[in-house]
Amino acid sequence: MSGLTAERAIPDRPGRAENYLTAETGLASWLLTTDHKRIGLLYMAAITVFFFLGGAAAFLLRLELFTPEGDLLSADSYNRAFTFHGVVMVWFFLIPSIPNILGNFMLPLMIGAKDLAFPRLNLISWYIFVAAGLIAVYTLVSGGVDTGWTFYTPLTTAFSNGNVLAAAAAVFVAGFSTIATAVNFIATVHLLRAPGLTWFRLPLFVWAIYATSIVMVLATPVLAMVLLLISAERAFGIPIFDPLRGGDPILFQHLFWFYSHPAVYIMILPSFGVISEVVTCYARRRVFGYSFMVYALLWIALVGFLVWGHHMFVSGQSLFANLVFSFLSFVVAVPSAIKVFNWTATLYRGQIVFDAPMIYALGFIGLFTIGGLTGLFLASVPVDIHVTDTYFVVAHFHYIMVGGAVSALYGGLSYWWPKITGRMYPEAWARFAAVMMFFGFGFTFFPMFIMGFLGMPRRYHVYPQEFQVWHVLASGGALILAVAYLLPMGYLAWSLIWGRRAIANPWGATGLEWQTSSPPPTENFDTPPVVVQGPYNYHPEHEGPPAMDREPHSPQGGQPV
Amino acid sequence: MTGLGEDVPLTAGAIWRRTLPVWAALILLLGATLGLAYVPLGRFATATALGIAVVKGGLVMLFFMQLRKPDPLLRLAASTALFFVAFLLILTFADVLTRSAPSQPGTVMPRSQPELPATGQRGF
Amino acid sequence: MSEAALHKPWRSLRRQREAAEFGLWVFLASEVMFFACALTGYAVNRVLWPEAFAAAARETNVLYGTINTGILLTSSLTMAVAAESARAGLRRLTLVCLGVTIAFGLAFLMVKGLEYAEDIEKHLVPGPGFRLDQPAAQIFFAFYWLLTAVHALHMTIGLCLVGTLLAQAWRGSRPLSSPAFEAAGLYWHFVDLVWIFLYPLLYLAGRS
Repeated sequence: MSGLTAERAIPDRPGRAENYLTAETGLASWLLTTDHKRIGLLYMAAITVFFFLGGAAAFLLRLELFTPEGDLLSADSYNRAFTFHGVVMVWFFLIPSIPNILGNFMLPLMIGAKDLAFPRLNLISWYIFVAAGLIAVYTLVSGGVDTGWTFYTPLTTAFSNGNVLAAAAAVFVAGFSTIATAVNFIATVHLLRAPGLTWFRLPLFVWAIYATSIVMVLATPVLAMVLLLISAERAFGIPIFDPLRGGDPILFQHLFWFYSHPAVYIMILPSFGVISEVVTCYARRRVFGYSFMVYALLWIALVGFLVWGHHMFVSGQSLFANLVFSFLSFVVAVPSAIKVFNWTATLYRGQIVFDAPMIYALGFIGLFTIGGLTGLFLASVPVDIHVTDTYFVVAHFHYIMVGGAVSALYGGLSYWWPKITGRMYPEAWARFAAVMMFFGFGFTFFPMFIMGFLGMPRRYHVYPQEFQVWHVLASGGALILAVAYLLPMGYLAWSLIWGRRAIANPWGATGLEWQTSSPPPTENFDTPPVVVQGPYNYHPEHEGPPAMDREPHSPQGGQPV
Repeated sequence: MTGLGEDVPLTAGAIWRRTLPVWAALILLLGATLGLAYVPLGRFATATALGIAVVKGGLVMLFFMQLRKPDPLLRLAASTALFFVAFLLILTFADVLTRSAPSQPGTVMPRSQPELPATGQRGF
Repeated sequence: MSEAALHKPWRSLRRQREAAEFGLWVFLASEVMFFACALTGYAVNRVLWPEAFAAAARETNVLYGTINTGILLTSSLTMAVAAESARAGLRRLTLVCLGVTIAFGLAFLMVKGLEYAEDIEKHLVPGPGFRLDQPAAQIFFAFYWLLTAVHALHMTIGLCLVGTLLAQAWRGSRPLSSPAFEAAGLYWHFVDLVWIFLYPLLYLAGRS
């Protein structure tokens, strides 16, 4: 969207002008801000803390699994560790990460708005999120929960010794924050687009956040109610899920997975948006099949609601329902495949530059493809019955969520880092970390496919000798992965002070967010932008691939070092 | 005033003239549903009661919640959730109505009170 | 039109008003799903245990339920009038109708409280000493307590909202052209809407 009507002077030199970071100072100016950019950074701080907490739990798990015996954690504390890992990573890291950090920051910029539709609601949602996080931490301090993040009854309602009520309260409260953010995003996309920015000129990241928000609004309340039901059952002994008194525990699973399967799409749809931005920018290509990319997002958001039963193939769900859910699960794979094929086709004859965000994006495409394909194994009833509750499942969803969503988060963070902070990150370190993340991830989770298929069940702290080689591989890989996650935190923090100052558009990318200075002023744009053409205008439409007469794209925009 | 195409009444009388008939209809329907509940309609009793509830809800949405306004955005937002409620109901019942006997709830003989409370030690 | 009601990031009050309504409708969509989850549970169990549910529903107090439905429907009327008169700039009518709405809301909660007291007296709380023999009747009352309690909580939130608006309109700190009046109205009507469906499901089942 370079087509702005006004020939505005976009500073080529890093501006010393007032920006959102320097406009106001002091702690109160951050804690009481209604600026979406600052709130995005507040989210970044909070979510980083939770990433560390969830990561620490994962570290304990992998350390324990290094040997077949239970020498570090008892069975009970192992249960508590993986539950804490799951709860924190799902609700306090993966679900809010890309929407609340990058979405909050970028969405108004990408559509040419001054702020989100309801700025104060945005701040409130951050406080709710932090409050929910504190309850989650309290859960851990008060002894933790041993039920797994899925809260299955009757374990949660009748047998668990953990602090289920506090954990449920944490997730319940976090839901308010999610819904508030989603309402805000939906209203913003509908009503605050810049003049000329029609729906089919929206960048795919905006579409992705929009589709995610719809899923959030419609799925999260179901989780809230079902948690209320199990809390009431545990606290007051009502019989809704108690099979001894005519209740139906499988009903809990239906209601829980009605939320939790769409939640997987809450985690992965924003990543799709990030990858679409990054791939087009670093291949210098229009995205292949823009409208199909949009339809695929909406199709996933819709059909993602119809497949939850594939989590319940062995739960006692009826055979008929198994077949229906199996079929629908295959249907939802189609739009995901469309996305992968279209990214690949976008690369075709592009001028690809292997900058760090692109390495993350290419890694994402590979890992997401493996994760998606193994999802098809699990959608097919006979295979699923064989591998249910084994490490195969663990590997599958980590490929989607960690290989997918976390790669995209790091990729998007690197891509937009100059815009967010006004500083360039050190490219060589970033490439190294991106490659390291890909390999560390592979070492950690690919062995899990193998041992899962061989029959290693999940959620055990001891295991037979024969699986040790795979577990050692996974634990070693996890170490590499941990370094690959910590390294960017180090050099990104370093760049805040010593990084080179960024110009407005260091990557030569299209998109309204690059049309304002880095970092943006408080009001986002000095003159309200007007849009006259579609996104990803890297080369003339209906023309072949860009000819080689174009100056080759060079790392970090060819800026003098 | 707003340009959304609705006619905004500006006097108290106009407002009451527009809202009171809706209220009267709602109260009438309330009476009807209460009366019909005591008529032995058999299998249609629930359908009748819910049908009247839908009519009442429709009146509230159209007149009190201003869905008459020709604003497609609001209508879209108001109707979306209904589809997803339908998904939830249809697919849940696809399981419940076709489940094999051993996994139906109630296969475990339902008891008012289990002799031994099936609870572990609670940590809170 | 007063400019005091216009906030960042909006360029026109018309857009801002539409956003308030649209945002609230989107929120209500999530509320619909919230109640739909419990109602799905209710539906499944009612299909599984029709006799027990009918017998249990006969134990609810249909008089209180009907009075409360009437109260809520009437409060919706006054809320709708309050929202429209705020928009038309009729200050006195707005204040009176908001006040009456609060009064009806409190009356609803009072009747509900009386009903709860009677239910507890009649041993209609799931658990030991429950009044009915069929085990599934307890499931009905589990849903009864849960749904009415969650609904009453929504009523309380609605009362707080309307009370705040009344105070602000009284002091003049919120202009009558603010979209908040319509937004609060939407929420109030939604709470009414939930009750419209709870009433036949909880009070009228199994009466004939």
